[in-house]
Amino acid sequence: MRPSDALFRVTVTLFAAVIPLSLLVLLLFLLHDAWPAIRFNGVDFLFKNAWNLGNQYGNPVTVHGQQVMPGASFAILFLIVGTLASSLIALLLAVPLGVGAAIFLAEAVPAGLRSYLALLVELLASVPSVVFGLWGYVVLIPLLAHHVYPHLARWLSGVPFLGPPPGSGYGLLTAGIVLALMCVPLIAANLREAIEATPQALREAGLAVGATRFEIVRKIILPRLRLPLIGVSTLALGRALGETMAVLMISGNALNILPGNIYSPISTMASFMVSQLDSALQDPTNMAVYGIAEIGLALLLLSLLVNAVARVLMPRGLSA
Amino acid sequence: MSAIDIRYAPAAFERRQRRNARVSALGWAACALAFALLASALLDILFLVFHRGLSALNLQLFLTPTSGIGGGLLNAIEGSVLLTLGALLLAVPIGVLGGIYVSEYSRDWLAHGVRFVADVLVGVPSIVFGLFGYLTMVTALDWHFSMAAGCITLALMIAPYMLRTTELALRGVPHELREASYALGAGQAATVTHVLLRECASRVLTGILLATAISMGETAPLIYTVNWSNYYWNGHLTHEPVAYLTYVIWSFINEPFASAHALAYAAALMITLFVLALTLLARLSLNRLTVRRSA
Repeated sequence: MRPSDALFRVTVTLFAAVIPLSLLVLLLFLLHDAWPAIRFNGVDFLFKNAWNLGNQYGNPVTVHGQQVMPGASFAILFLIVGTLASSLIALLLAVPLGVGAAIFLAEAVPAGLRSYLALLVELLASVPSVVFGLWGYVVLIPLLAHHVYPHLARWLSGVPFLGPPPGSGYGLLTAGIVLALMCVPLIAANLREAIEATPQALREAGLAVGATRFEIVRKIILPRLRLPLIGVSTLALGRALGETMAVLMISGNALNILPGNIYSPISTMASFMVSQLDSALQDPTNMAVYGIAEIGLALLLLSLLVNAVARVLMPRGLSA
Repeated sequence: MSAIDIRYAPAAFERRQRRNARVSALGWAACALAFALLASALLDILFLVFHRGLSALNLQLFLTPTSGIGGGLLNAIEGSVLLTLGALLLAVPIGVLGGIYVSEYSRDWLAHGVRFVADVLVGVPSIVFGLFGYLTMVTALDWHFSMAAGCITLALMIAPYMLRTTELALRGVPHELREASYALGAGQAATVTHVLLRECASRVLTGILLATAISMGETAPLIYTVNWSNYYWNGHLTHEPVAYLTYVIWSFINEPFASAHALAYAAALMITLFVLALTLLARLSLNRLTVRRSA
């Protein structure tokens, strides 16, 4: 090997090594700062609804070897439920919408128009989260709260979780709808590509046995896309789990309560980390910040898991 | 065993055909409806941002800093641009050189690992990077809310994305070009820098543009690392909070004053315009490239 090539190799290797190193440092620091909270909270952290900074004017007490304010407790079951429920609602909405839009774009739109119309769906991916939040706050919530949720709740009044009270518009379903819009381009774009890549011979075989064009889509093309759809949906789930600003602005920011129905206010782990930062900084024992670090660690581990699964299901990785 | 029934039954056949046609029409209608819903959501978002944003625009915005809930946005514009430039300065070498490594030495065990970790990091929520920046730079290193903490946090976030886009760009270069370069006696370093990068430069640039758009539109990690300031940046890398546009949208829309709302809409218009322009530019360059390839 020439010296210039050896030097080149060492340089690019060093820069590439920054990436795994940054994940390692991320994990270590979050674990280090969450450790006092992990010691103090134990497993209750995941199974109780009690985020309480304690009496901020009292004298710190020592519990489990950790200094905390009297009455303080940090447990986030309501955040875990809020995060998972809003992301699942988002997926339930985004998968059919994404599949439908992908079929429409790939099969019903003339090729010359296709890339322009596809933009109308795929540009949703580049709208910043905070702008989605603004739109949800100004447009979507008044619309849903006055003209949709009251009727929907009345119509579904016998169904558990879907019946009244219809709430204020800030809540689980609104968060789910906006999250769905945010992750639908990922599903639609990947699926459209996959549909367009279906071999022409398969379509012709379908036509030859007298299938309609829609039957070809439903019975020949879609079954082949089951695995990519599962992979890309997992990826979309990972995006929805960690979405912060939009959810913060439209979810109602519930504290310590589980949603009673799909119209109830919620918080997610990510949105709660932003809404609680200011008050956590006031805690003289710093335990509230350690608690937030523990939420961050839990969210990191959850997203690593979901993305690793998505990566195994979709070996091509990043595409959008 | 009865023979297969192949009697000619026109009535049943036509019935089935009519039913199939109905199901097909319903299916197409459902797909069109899905598309229409998504497209109308995007158009409505753009309508809100342009309609309210344009009516909030005035020259003052570009000439003065915010003061309380009024004033201009020049400090936030400056902050957003500097934070993104700083993040790019740090992330481009890692992303591009790292991408070269992963693509050109793809059989190394380390390359497999880096690619996997980069894919996973692209999906890590931005708020987690923000928390990391807060715990390490803002408090442990005692930099306080600052430009440096914000830039490094954003850089960590976008570097894995750039690494993957650079890798995909390099892999798109036809193998014959590599072989031709080696046949002329060029080494690996010369092949990459003089042949491969030149061939896929616009694709690498596309990745950088998209990463710029991501970084410009971020809010959550900056709340944790940069906070907010009513003043222009004073040139200090640490110990000085910085203003940025996305903060204005989030924070000022919750104020009860019309002047605050106007600033929020103006900031939303600027950020959305910039991000959309970058995304469209990136798509355009990709399209042109594929057209040239296939010609």
